[in-house]
Amino acid sequence: MTMTAKPAPAPAPSGAAPGGGLLDRVLKVRELAIAVVLVLMLLATQLDNSAFLSEQGIKDLLLNATILVLVGVGQATVVITRNVDLSVGSTLGVTAFAAGEFLRGGGNPLLAVLIAVALGAGFGVVNGLLVSLGQVPALVVTLGTLYIIRGLDSIWFGSRQITAADLPAGFVSFGRDGLGALPYLAVLTAVVLAAAAYYLRNYRSGRDMYALGSSPEAARLAGVPVRRRILAAYVLCGALAGLAGALYLARFGNVDSGTGSGYELTVVSAVVVGGVAFTGGSGSLYGAALGALLLTSINSVLPSIGVSSVWVQAIDGTLLLLAIAVDRVVALRVAAVLRKRAAQTRSAHHD
Amino acid sequence: MSERTTPARRLTAVVAVVGVVALGAAACGGTTKNSSSKDSSSAPTAASTASADPGAPLKKGLTIAYLPKAVNNPYFTTSDTGGRKAVEAAGSTYKEVGTSSSTDTAGQVSYVNTLTQQRVDAIAVSAQDPGALCTALNQARKNGVKVVTYDSDTNAGCRDVFISQASSEDLGRTEVQLMAEQIGNKGRIAILSAAQTATNQNTWIGFMKDELKKPQYKDIQLVKVAYGNDDAQTSFQQTQGLLQQYPDLKGIISPTTVGIKAAAQYLSGSKYKGKVQLTGLGTPNDMRAYVADGTVRSFELWDPAKLGALAAHTAIALVSGRITGAPGQTYTAGDMGTFTIGQDSTVVLGKPTVFDKSTIGQFNF
Repeated sequence: MTMTAKPAPAPAPSGAAPGGGLLDRVLKVRELAIAVVLVLMLLATQLDNSAFLSEQGIKDLLLNATILVLVGVGQATVVITRNVDLSVGSTLGVTAFAAGEFLRGGGNPLLAVLIAVALGAGFGVVNGLLVSLGQVPALVVTLGTLYIIRGLDSIWFGSRQITAADLPAGFVSFGRDGLGALPYLAVLTAVVLAAAAYYLRNYRSGRDMYALGSSPEAARLAGVPVRRRILAAYVLCGALAGLAGALYLARFGNVDSGTGSGYELTVVSAVVVGGVAFTGGSGSLYGAALGALLLTSINSVLPSIGVSSVWVQAIDGTLLLLAIAVDRVVALRVAAVLRKRAAQTRSAHHD
Repeated sequence: MSERTTPARRLTAVVAVVGVVALGAAACGGTTKNSSSKDSSSAPTAASTASADPGAPLKKGLTIAYLPKAVNNPYFTTSDTGGRKAVEAAGSTYKEVGTSSSTDTAGQVSYVNTLTQQRVDAIAVSAQDPGALCTALNQARKNGVKVVTYDSDTNAGCRDVFISQASSEDLGRTEVQLMAEQIGNKGRIAILSAAQTATNQNTWIGFMKDELKKPQYKDIQLVKVAYGNDDAQTSFQQTQGLLQQYPDLKGIISPTTVGIKAAAQYLSGSKYKGKVQLTGLGTPNDMRAYVADGTVRSFELWDPAKLGALAAHTAIALVSGRITGAPGQTYTAGDMGTFTIGQDSTVVLGKPTVFDKSTIGQFNF
């Protein structure tokens, strides 16, 4: 993850070529900071309760994070393009149910996962088209699709529910088994995360998304196919929400028409805590994944050391504000450094 | 207005319709004071001082409306289906309305208002909030609508009768008894509840603690009450936390259907399966897989279909004037037998039903 590869020849987000390396370093430091906080928190908990990082404990931590990481990766991609997708919770719910209905009818588990992914991608296409063609703020569009998809969910499924007894044993055990402390779901999530992060970092179309988020107008003038990129981001987000829906079904073994309600806010928190700026154009998918891991781990740490769960939301909110404050301070510092350098180079040229 | 013998029948019909609409609009536009005074004069039984006539004939052709905490909730669908069967068997009309979220109290209030305007004969409501519905429900009662609460009560002054799924005391004590039996009256146990503010759960937990004071349970120690907020992921993590914090935990009681199935799903996929006992309130469909794989030995619940049916029979008895809701009155609830109205105008459905490997197959809800 932190290979010292040559910096990608990216269109530098803030448009200042000499600052590319610096920005890269700052972003890495930002991710490192979350990782350090996470590790310190886990170690402190381990000192307090030696059962916390047992094999079962590590497995639980990873399993708890997988679904949020998957949805967070998709959301981060959309947020990087300076948009947002609030419909992920509804998408997760409806795809989980669709996969469950298919499995209840005796369907193949792999096919069920693919159905969920395809359905999620379909919702992504709708969101992407509305946002990119309609030129309407993504917040409003996806708030609309949040309600529409949830409504479809309620109409289609009504009061029916999928319970563990409806699912094939292999599917349920895939949701909880693994290699030692490493659950299959976490492996799958890690592969998806690595692939998506590689794409965003190393492919031209991936870099376009950063450019788009930094300055939509500049990106358009530079020849970035804006609509296609936005559509692609939403399709990825929808597909990952669909995959997360299938995995939710495997993990919790229980889905009804309320599944995933309110999840979008958790996802957005994870992404922001992970250092993906809501103003677009900066942050990384690894950061978003770390943010998700941090938030779910807090929810595991508190009960393990016997703190009341009432504190969870307050702590999540504090973290969120802290993350935004840090990002703001860092952004100002970076801008100052860049200005100074630019002034230096200018004066050097004049001499 | 209703003369239809003229050749211009169509025109007359249009005029008639317009006339009716105008009348309806006038009625709606009229002050509530007028309409309520007119109603109370036409429905003398509306006053709570009226005496009950146990021999009064059961009325037919009534409209009984169900207003559950949330529609599309499997539990309320089961209870309301039980209610529908009872209403229709009695020759009346059943309808169900409600919000899709169980925390949309303002939505529930406006449903009460709409039902009042529609002049239904009785409302069976599961209240999202004990106080918030009071004004609307009392307005309905002033207009002659009988109000029965089921599953979740309002303040006692806002309804005629409350149908309790089981007495809180029975539920709390029997859950401890089930757990004690499963762990051999010895060891540490914990409770996984819903939200910290959930009234039902807190009452039951109070009786659990009281039951645990009995001498036969002196070796059972309740170490913690955790709150999973009726959310699958939170309940998972709270269960994990309990097991990490108390490695020698013998059992978990979860008096919430969401909590118990989440805890069961977690236990069934962890190293604790079979070593940590789990019981509480769950539905047979939710718990079937975990009873089959040995994670859960037994759990309990009332039969929601019977709860809904008893609400229907009670509503019909109220509208017919057989009961007024005063404590001590007795009435027959169709084929369910005879029930007596207790303190605070509460009718208790009965003892909870215990489900285990041998009986779970007979239930489908």
